[in-house]
Amino acid sequence: MKPVPQPTSMDRRSFLKVSMLASGALIVGCGRFDPVQANEVQGGTWIPNLYVRIDTDGKITIVSKNPEAGQGVKTAFPMVVAECLNVDWKTVSVEQAPLDDRYGRQAIGGSRGTPDGWDDLRVAGAAACHLLVAAAAKEWGVSPDDCSAENGTVGHKASGRSARYETLLETAAGLPVPDVPDLKLKSRPADFSLLGTFVPGVDNHKILTGQPLFGCDTRLEGMLYAVFAKCPIFEGKVRSANVEEIRNLPGVTHAFVVEGTDDLRGLRSGVAIVANTWWEANSARKRLRVDWDTNQSDSSVDYEKQAEELRAETGETLGTAGDVDKALGSASQVVEASYYYPFVSHANMEPQNCTALYRESGEIEFWAPTQNPKSGRQLIAKTLGIPEDRIHVNLMRIGGGFGRRLRSEFMAEAAWISREIRRPVQLQWSREDDMRHDYYRPAAWHHFKAGVDDSGRMIAFDHHFITFGADGKTVNGANLSPKHYPAGLVPNFRLRQSLVESNVPTGPWRSPGHSAYGWAYQSFFDEVALAAERDPLKFRLDLLSRYFGDVQMDRQRASNVLKLAAEKAGWGSRKVGDDRGLGIAFHYDHGAYVAYVVEVVADGSSVKVDKVFAAVDCGPVINLSGAKNQVEGGIVDGLSTANLEITFANGAAQQSNFSDYELLRIGQAPEVECHFIQSDNSPSGLGEPPIAPAAPAVCNAIFAATGTRVRKLPFSRSGISL
Amino acid sequence: MSNVTLKINGEAYAVDAPSDMPLLWALRDKLNLTGTKYSCGIGTCGSCTVLVNGVPMRSCVMPAISMAGMEITTIEGLDPAGEHPVQKAWNDEDVPQCGYCQAGQILTASALLEQNPNPSNEDIDSAMAGVLCRCGTYHRIRKAIKRAANYAAEAGGES
Repeated sequence: MKPVPQPTSMDRRSFLKVSMLASGALIVGCGRFDPVQANEVQGGTWIPNLYVRIDTDGKITIVSKNPEAGQGVKTAFPMVVAECLNVDWKTVSVEQAPLDDRYGRQAIGGSRGTPDGWDDLRVAGAAACHLLVAAAAKEWGVSPDDCSAENGTVGHKASGRSARYETLLETAAGLPVPDVPDLKLKSRPADFSLLGTFVPGVDNHKILTGQPLFGCDTRLEGMLYAVFAKCPIFEGKVRSANVEEIRNLPGVTHAFVVEGTDDLRGLRSGVAIVANTWWEANSARKRLRVDWDTNQSDSSVDYEKQAEELRAETGETLGTAGDVDKALGSASQVVEASYYYPFVSHANMEPQNCTALYRESGEIEFWAPTQNPKSGRQLIAKTLGIPEDRIHVNLMRIGGGFGRRLRSEFMAEAAWISREIRRPVQLQWSREDDMRHDYYRPAAWHHFKAGVDDSGRMIAFDHHFITFGADGKTVNGANLSPKHYPAGLVPNFRLRQSLVESNVPTGPWRSPGHSAYGWAYQSFFDEVALAAERDPLKFRLDLLSRYFGDVQMDRQRASNVLKLAAEKAGWGSRKVGDDRGLGIAFHYDHGAYVAYVVEVVADGSSVKVDKVFAAVDCGPVINLSGAKNQVEGGIVDGLSTANLEITFANGAAQQSNFSDYELLRIGQAPEVECHFIQSDNSPSGLGEPPIAPAAPAVCNAIFAATGTRVRKLPFSRSGISL
Repeated sequence: MSNVTLKINGEAYAVDAPSDMPLLWALRDKLNLTGTKYSCGIGTCGSCTVLVNGVPMRSCVMPAISMAGMEITTIEGLDPAGEHPVQKAWNDEDVPQCGYCQAGQILTASALLEQNPNPSNEDIDSAMAGVLCRCGTYHRIRKAIKRAANYAAEAGGES
């Protein structure tokens, strides 16, 4: 890999005035990355900024700054730069940036990559293009306004002259960098030639031929392999362990107790076993005897009891509008139902791992599959007591993120072991480690009451949400905003919250919160619609047609995706067989609008999800392939996860592998027909929004086909099998 | 430790491995062939799939020393240029999301097409049932296998 361009001295040419984009985004200043900072030639390569390099042989390199975990950013981001640079995608090579503060945020989370990167990436491409056009104009003695750029060539129509970008590099490097407001930024689908097309992933060749790419593919000279055994009971600490015996086992080079820290998201207490191969380290672990100091006894059965007791309590009122009690009292119909979903695991296919190389100089280098390398670096600095500038992180392709790898304790573990043994080491968690030491998506109970008026409109929505936490504060990933849908759409609204205490580690799970409560809301709205003898689509559209307070989304865009999904599925016009059912659901999160109509076929209580008609508005689509992949995969993930649960007993997770946490297999996966509404709004991310409406659309279809309302997940708790 | 000669992707490798070491770890940690992936370690997810005499097998549960004399194909050996019909179809349908399970998917699909050049959806679902994909690329796997079948048929027609 070529090194990322190094910072250059800040001469006058390198400065860029603090500028505002039309969108109002501040591009430089306030510590944010300046995408047009360098503009110079180094060793024959033109480096106009941190994202772009052009060689004299015409090779174009675009740097992708964020980690790639399957969300498609390593292809989509460079596409945005290439679009604004006006080059042929086939001439572009993509390079993964390491962790480098000059890039600003480098993380996967909150579907923020695309909306956050949109301006910087377009500026990076457009600024480089601007310099090339200006360079050609200067050489030809014409006005840049009379020149145009296309496919890596600047042209001057009046004289018929043209020049390839690679012939203009020296001249371009001698020109002043443009002010951001002077750049022509493409922003609408009508402007694009590359964006919106179907572009295969830039790492496909390596994936399809098995070349090293992932964190666990790292091989360093003299590298050893490690396991790190932690207590299956959360927060358990090592009192003593038979490490002398372990050290004498075949292939084992080191075995030692790690005291750990009190940071439950950091280096925990455990036993490190290092060997010549991972198999030998893990085999030795089977002989490990540890006396654990534990004091946790959390259990799912106990949680359920606590939640049942809390149900009768008022709880804390998080949000209210109108007078819910009065409206329910005067409603012509009151519908009441309770929903429950369990804890679930992230279950990344690539178990957590990290490769660390501690050098005697005190520098430490990582090859890490992490969603949040910066927080990983902070954690390592704190754990090892070394400054952050001694820590270097290579961002490896990630075998699934889904929020799990926002926490990087595996980096701290690898760092500690490498420093202890003074050797490069690859720490690889076993599948069992991975499932027992997750930051789980929290379970919750939702008790709903809805009041409907004579015309079948929902006039009151009363919601008692029972989640996990203590002292009024929810555990990580367990909160629910009172501003969220349907707040503002119902004249009388109330959200109350009660908290069950828990010591289980929790955290964000792909589309945090939404992926869970979206199911409860959209299932319950179906119940309300049917109780009021309304068509579930019309009921939802009706809900979106009025507002009584702040609504945190565009109601028109929401209605449009619902209508499109319905139209494509033949909702209301197509008869399905008696053993079949159609279900509809909608959700808005992370800036995108997603509606599904699902068709299921039932044989008694056994259900097959046959087809999904998807309608999505995420603004302009960047990579049509990547966007569709997120929708198709999000549907499978939503369905798969609705079929799963993690339970706890005696302070430990009871599931540990895919034999008792059975992800969906191909025969259970539906066909997906995906339609996009390409609006001129700025793009949202799409890693998370496709999840939430999947499970409720399926459950609403199950009701239509079987008459069974799924109010408890996983499906098996409601008597349904997939 | 036991010595065994493994025939992998047409090459012979002398491997000194513990007698119970699964082929997966001999490939990854002894031979640095890291295309074959660890995920469950109990033969249930299919990420570690390799072809043994053309048949998809779970390398995480097969001792390496039991594989002497067998023709082992890993993802590195299917076609290093990526021109195998399944690899081409996988790229053209852009199947991978995270990509971690795809070696197992691709090798399983290539074995299916060897046996059944024109599989139905049901044939595909049955043959591919053993390989999990957490990202949910199943919809595209079906499409890619059909596309690969067409590529193979076209190539066969030309020869």
